[in-house]
Amino acid sequence: MSNWFNEKILLGMNCREYISKHATLLNFMALIILCFSFYAMAYRLIYGLGPATNLSDTYPWGFWISFDILAGIALAAPGLTVGTVVYLFGAKDYKHFARPAILSSLLGYIFAVFALMFDLGRYYRVFYVIGWSWGLNSILFLIAWHFFLYIIICLIEWFPAFFEWLGIEKAKNFFSKLGIWATVFGVIIAGGHQSALGGLFLVAPTKIHPLWYSALLPLFFLVSALFAGISMVIIESTISHKVFRDQLKTFDRADFDNKTLGLAKALVIILFVYLILKVLDLTHYNNWHYLKSEYGYWYLLEVVGFVLAPALVLINSVKNKKVKLVRFTTFWVVTGVILNRFNVSLIAYNWYIPLQEKYYPTWMEIALSLGVVTLIVLFYRFIVRRMSILS
Amino acid sequence: MNRREFFKRSLTIAGSLLIARNSNASDQPLSVYSTQNKANKKNWEKFEELKKTNSQIDESYAVLVDITKCIGCRRCEWACNEWNKNPNRPVKEFEASKDEKPSVFDRVRRTHAGEFTVVNRFHSKNKPVYVKKQCMHCAEAACLNACFVDAFKKTPQGAVLYNPSLCVGCRYCMIACPFDIPAYEYYNALTPQITKCTMCFDRVTDGKVPACVESCTSDALIFGKRSEMLKLAYNTINKNPERYINHVYGEHEAGGTNWLYISQIPFEKLGFPELDKTPIPAHSKSFLFTVKVLEVVAAAPLVWGAYYMISKNRSKKEGKKDE
Repeated sequence: MSNWFNEKILLGMNCREYISKHATLLNFMALIILCFSFYAMAYRLIYGLGPATNLSDTYPWGFWISFDILAGIALAAPGLTVGTVVYLFGAKDYKHFARPAILSSLLGYIFAVFALMFDLGRYYRVFYVIGWSWGLNSILFLIAWHFFLYIIICLIEWFPAFFEWLGIEKAKNFFSKLGIWATVFGVIIAGGHQSALGGLFLVAPTKIHPLWYSALLPLFFLVSALFAGISMVIIESTISHKVFRDQLKTFDRADFDNKTLGLAKALVIILFVYLILKVLDLTHYNNWHYLKSEYGYWYLLEVVGFVLAPALVLINSVKNKKVKLVRFTTFWVVTGVILNRFNVSLIAYNWYIPLQEKYYPTWMEIALSLGVVTLIVLFYRFIVRRMSILS
Repeated sequence: MNRREFFKRSLTIAGSLLIARNSNASDQPLSVYSTQNKANKKNWEKFEELKKTNSQIDESYAVLVDITKCIGCRRCEWACNEWNKNPNRPVKEFEASKDEKPSVFDRVRRTHAGEFTVVNRFHSKNKPVYVKKQCMHCAEAACLNACFVDAFKKTPQGAVLYNPSLCVGCRYCMIACPFDIPAYEYYNALTPQITKCTMCFDRVTDGKVPACVESCTSDALIFGKRSEMLKLAYNTINKNPERYINHVYGEHEAGGTNWLYISQIPFEKLGFPELDKTPIPAHSKSFLFTVKVLEVVAAAPLVWGAYYMISKNRSKKEGKKDE
C-alpha cells in the first residue's frame, strides 16, 4: 500500500523527498494565499454573509457571483470549444489540446460550485434543486441542472486518463467508448448553460443599464464564452508547455506554433461575430445616444478596447505569424470577458445608484476567490504530473 | 441640558459606537441585523393548512394607497413590526420622525430583514409627499418565477408567500424583483431567510385587514377586493381630476399587482420604477422555451448528424487517398 502511494501520489519519491522538492517560493506563496482564503471561508461559515462580505439588500450578488461563477464558467469553456472540435468534428490535429482543455473545464466547474457554496445562504440545501423541489420556470434551475450534468459529462471525458493512471484497463476502455456520447451531450449542455448565465439577467430589465440589457444577453454570453474558451486553451497550453516541458516526449515547436495560429484564426472569426451582434443590438434598441455618457464610455472601452482592438491585433499577428503576440492578445481577450461579466452583473446593475452607494468587495471576498483559483492551479498541476493529460 | 437629556444623548453615542464597530455598518438601520423572522413560517403554515380545506376564493384582495392622504406618521411601520414580531420601538418615536431634524426621512429607505414596510418622503413644490413602500404582490411575481426551488407561492387571496423550509439562500429573487423588495438576513450564518411583506395573509384569512391598513388613521390605506379597489381608485380620480393624475399604479405595471397607488404627482418622481404591462417572468420565458426546444428536441440529432456527416466525408476522403 505505501509503495502504491509513493508511486502514484508522490511520483516515486518518499514523503521527505516530496516535501523538500516542493519547498519553492511559488508554492510558499500559494500556501499564504490559501491561508487567507481558508480564514475567509471559515469566517463566512461562522459569522455569515453580513460580516464577511459587503453584500446588501441592494446588491444581493457580489464579487463571488461575478468572478467565480460568471467569469469563471466562461473561462472554463475550453472543454466546450476544443472538446467539440476534436472529438465531434474530428479535428485530430488538435487532439493534444483536448485532454488539458477538458481537465480545466472539469476543475473550473467543480471549483465554481465549491465557491458558490459560500455564497449560498443555506449551502447544505443545494441538493434540493436536484431532487426535492423544482422551480421549473427559473433560469437558475436550468443552470443548476446543467452544472450538475456538465460536471458528470466532464468526469466521463476525463475518466479514461484517470483509469489509465490507476491501471484499470477495463474501465478506461469503457469510458473511452462513452466519450463521443459525452461530447455530444456536452456541447448541448455547455451551450445551454453558458447562454443561461446571460439569461439570468433577463429578469432585470429595469435594473441593468440599457447598453448592457438586451434580449440577446444569452447569445452574447454564449459567443463570448466561445472566444474565452479558445483564448484559455492558448493561454493554458502556453503555460503548461513551459512548465511541464519535461513531460512532453515529442514536442515540435513549429507544429505547436502553427496550431496556436490556427486557434487564433477561429478566435478572430468569433470575435467579429460578437462585434456584429453587438452593433445590431445597439441599433435594434436604438441605444446609440447612450454612448455619450459615462456609462457609454465604459461600454465603448469594453467593446472597442477589449473586443475590437484585440481582434485587429490578432488579424495582424496571424498574418505575420507572430505567435508571441497571439499569446499576449489572448490574455487581453480573457480580461475583456471578465470585464464584461463584471459589467453586466455589478457595474451596469443598479446603474442609477450613486457611485458612493455602489458595492465593492471586502478583502475576504477577494481572498476566498483567489484561494479557489490557487486550488484550481494546484489540482491541475497535481493531475497533469500524474496522468497522461499533455502527451 | 438637563439630566434626562444627558443620559439620552450618552446612550445614543454609546449605542452608535457599538454599531460602528462594524466598519460600514454605522449608516445602516438596526433592522438589517434582525434575524430569525417568524412571519414567514407562520404564514406558510396557514397557507398549507388552508389548502387542505379547499375553500374557494373568487377574487383576490388589494390595498389601495392614496398617496395624497398619507401624513407620514409611520404608524403602519409600527403596526407591521408589531404584528410580525419584528424589532420595534414605541409608536411615538415613529410619529415624531416627521418633525425631527435629522430625520429618518432624510434619505430614501428600502425594506430590510426586520422591516417589511417603510414610508419615504419626497418633495413636490416644497410640499412633502409620503410614500409607503412594501411588497407589491404581483400577479405574476418575478421572485416566484426566479426561485429555482419553487419557494414562493401566489395565494388566491393575492399575497405572495415565501416558504423558508425550501429556500437555499441564492438571493436570485432579490435580483429579479423590479421593486427591490425581498430582503435577506445577512447576519444569520446558518438559517437565513428572505423576508418581505406577507400582505398579512394570516390576518386576511381570519377576516381581518392587514395590520398597516388597520393602523392607518388618515384613510390613506384601504383594503378590499381588487376589482372594487380599482373602481374606487378611478372614482376618486374622476371626482377630483385636478387633485390626481389619471394613473393607478399597479393596475397594469409588470402585469398587475395587488397593491394599487393613486397620486397627485407622476409616480416616477416618487421612486416607483417605470414598468410596462409585461410581467417580469415574460422576459425570460421565450429564452427558456428556446432552450427546451433546442435541447430536448433539436440539438441531440443535429449534433449527432453533423458528427456523422463529417466522419463519413472523412472516411470517404481517406478511402480515396488509399486507392
